Amino acid sequence: MAEASYPTTALTDSDSAHPAVRRAFGLSVTATLIGLVILFAVGLLSATSGAAGLPVKGVFASLFGWIPLLGVESTLSATQESILFEIRLPRLVLGMLVGGSLGVAGAAYQGVFRNPLADPYLLGVSAGAGFGAVLALGFGLDLGWGPFDTVPAAAFIGALVAVLASMAIARGGGASPATLLLGGVAMAALFSAAQTYAIQQLDENRAREVLSWLFGQLNTTGWKQIWLLLPYAAVCGAVLFVHRRHLDVLRVGDDEARSLGLDPVRSRLTVIVAASLLTAAAVSVSGLIAFVGLVVPHIVRLLISHSYRVIVPLSALVGAAFLAFVDIGARTLLAPSELPVGILTAFVGAPFFGLVLWRDRWSTT
Amino acid sequence: MSPTRLMKTRPSAPALSCQDIRVSFRDHEVVCGVDLELGAGDWLGIIGPNGAGKSTLLRSIVGLTDHLGTVSLGDGGVPRAADVALVPQFPVLPKGMTVAEYVLLGRTAHLGWLARESQVDRQIVSSVLHRLDLSAFADRFVSTLSGGEAQQVVVARALAQQCPVLLLDEPTSALDVGHQVSVLELVDDLRRSEGLSVLAAMHDLSAAGRFADRLILIDHGRIVAQGSPEAVLQSDLLSAVYGTPLTVQSIDGELVVLPAPRRRVHSQKEIS
Repeated sequence: MAEASYPTTALTDSDSAHPAVRRAFGLSVTATLIGLVILFAVGLLSATSGAAGLPVKGVFASLFGWIPLLGVESTLSATQESILFEIRLPRLVLGMLVGGSLGVAGAAYQGVFRNPLADPYLLGVSAGAGFGAVLALGFGLDLGWGPFDTVPAAAFIGALVAVLASMAIARGGGASPATLLLGGVAMAALFSAAQTYAIQQLDENRAREVLSWLFGQLNTTGWKQIWLLLPYAAVCGAVLFVHRRHLDVLRVGDDEARSLGLDPVRSRLTVIVAASLLTAAAVSVSGLIAFVGLVVPHIVRLLISHSYRVIVPLSALVGAAFLAFVDIGARTLLAPSELPVGILTAFVGAPFFGLVLWRDRWSTT
Repeated sequence: MSPTRLMKTRPSAPALSCQDIRVSFRDHEVVCGVDLELGAGDWLGIIGPNGAGKSTLLRSIVGLTDHLGTVSLGDGGVPRAADVALVPQFPVLPKGMTVAEYVLLGRTAHLGWLARESQVDRQIVSSVLHRLDLSAFADRFVSTLSGGEAQQVVVARALAQQCPVLLLDEPTSALDVGHQVSVLELVDDLRRSEGLSVLAAMHDLSAAGRFADRLILIDHGRIVAQGSPEAVLQSDLLSAVYGTPLTVQSIDGELVVLPAPRRRVHSQKEIS
């Protein structure tokens, strides 16, 4: 009879794991590097393009000038410096943060709901945030407190109220993904109706202001919005990153996940709370930017891997690069006026997504 | 067989025992007080007609169904995912998941709170793939496998859980006769080489008699007979429980359960 080959003890040869197991184990280094290079290139393009052209060399020198001990002197003029550090870079960094946040949150929602149509606005975040912003912008409701401006604060609170309400009514139905999804649909409908009614009551100028917020924008005033969003991006991003493997386990369904040793309800709630907080924070500083959270995870999935180990981190990279890239167009296409970036994301994203889908069909048949 | 093997596969303690398991859905009791004991290294087969409560019993043992009564391990502990692995009757095979990724899911219960696999985890998955001759499949998507291949992969995932107790829920009901035998042979091999204890709900009564050390016959949520295959596989007993005439024949020392021959009506012409 064959000797027991169960590998509990003899683990001396550390690199004899099957290559497919090694691949399944982690993130592709190549894909990550390509993502980082694209992100960097988009950043450079964004920093140097605009009404006042900045020289690439000068931008490099100025950035490296911040690193001590390198001894690099900035070659930019004082005006150029202030354009770079007070206008271009804050907007670029905010775009990357918002895009990355929406990408990760979208990946997380698609994972927990096991639904390809899930996006970060699924549980009513957008409608709730919109309603809050309408109240603040249109009716002069003052919710500002400390560093938090009225509109972001109102949008953030509105978003959280909508998500909590969705979860609360779904809890009565047992909090399965399908029930939660229906709860989200109900809350989104309710808050959308309230928002539409509120906008109808406004005069034309205020209504226009509200609409431009709803279409999404990355107008920054220095680095303020970034400091507001950064803590959420860091904490929620870390939580979602740690839970990316749970999302893979959930792909086999709740029963099997539980028999494999995962508590599906707890994992799902943790992921939903983290992703919703992240989305609410992103929406509060940038308005409703459509399409990024829905499409970015799909692009990663179709091009690289179906595993959430890969989708979660790469959706952050791709989302950041995508939104930063589209925002260059939003700033420059109709200069000196601006296109709402939330509209442009859909204009750019939809055809690109179509192309990826088409290519995928081509390669699998 | 060497004495050490005997020590390994037949220690005296039970690997798993259940006392008075009861499961109700609304007001309908589907498992009505089942006691069972699975000896370490044993194969215990659960047989009974559709709806008798076999799957529900297995699901309650791994905690997927609310139940009354106690389930305990040999050491008295409550079984967790690191102790009891379940091969489900209809496993979900996600689109775009490779065989290697799927088998790696078996390590879930062994990971820390950062949920990161270690070298050891990959090593275990690699050897399980190797052990089941699945190395060549490791990069294939699970959704593209044939029924027999998929069943092996699900068994591989259960092995990667490294549980001393393996529960199988109708492991062969979707397979052709060749794959039925090979999957059951595989489990039997593993049982002997790894010292696993197997609790399997089985539809194929002949296979149950052939592979199991002991059988439990369940009907309407109650145990109606238990013991050695010879004791349980009795034609009048089975005929009564399954509600159709069955015969049990011994062919070369193995029990074969067949439907009783139908009285065929032949025309004179055919016979002559």
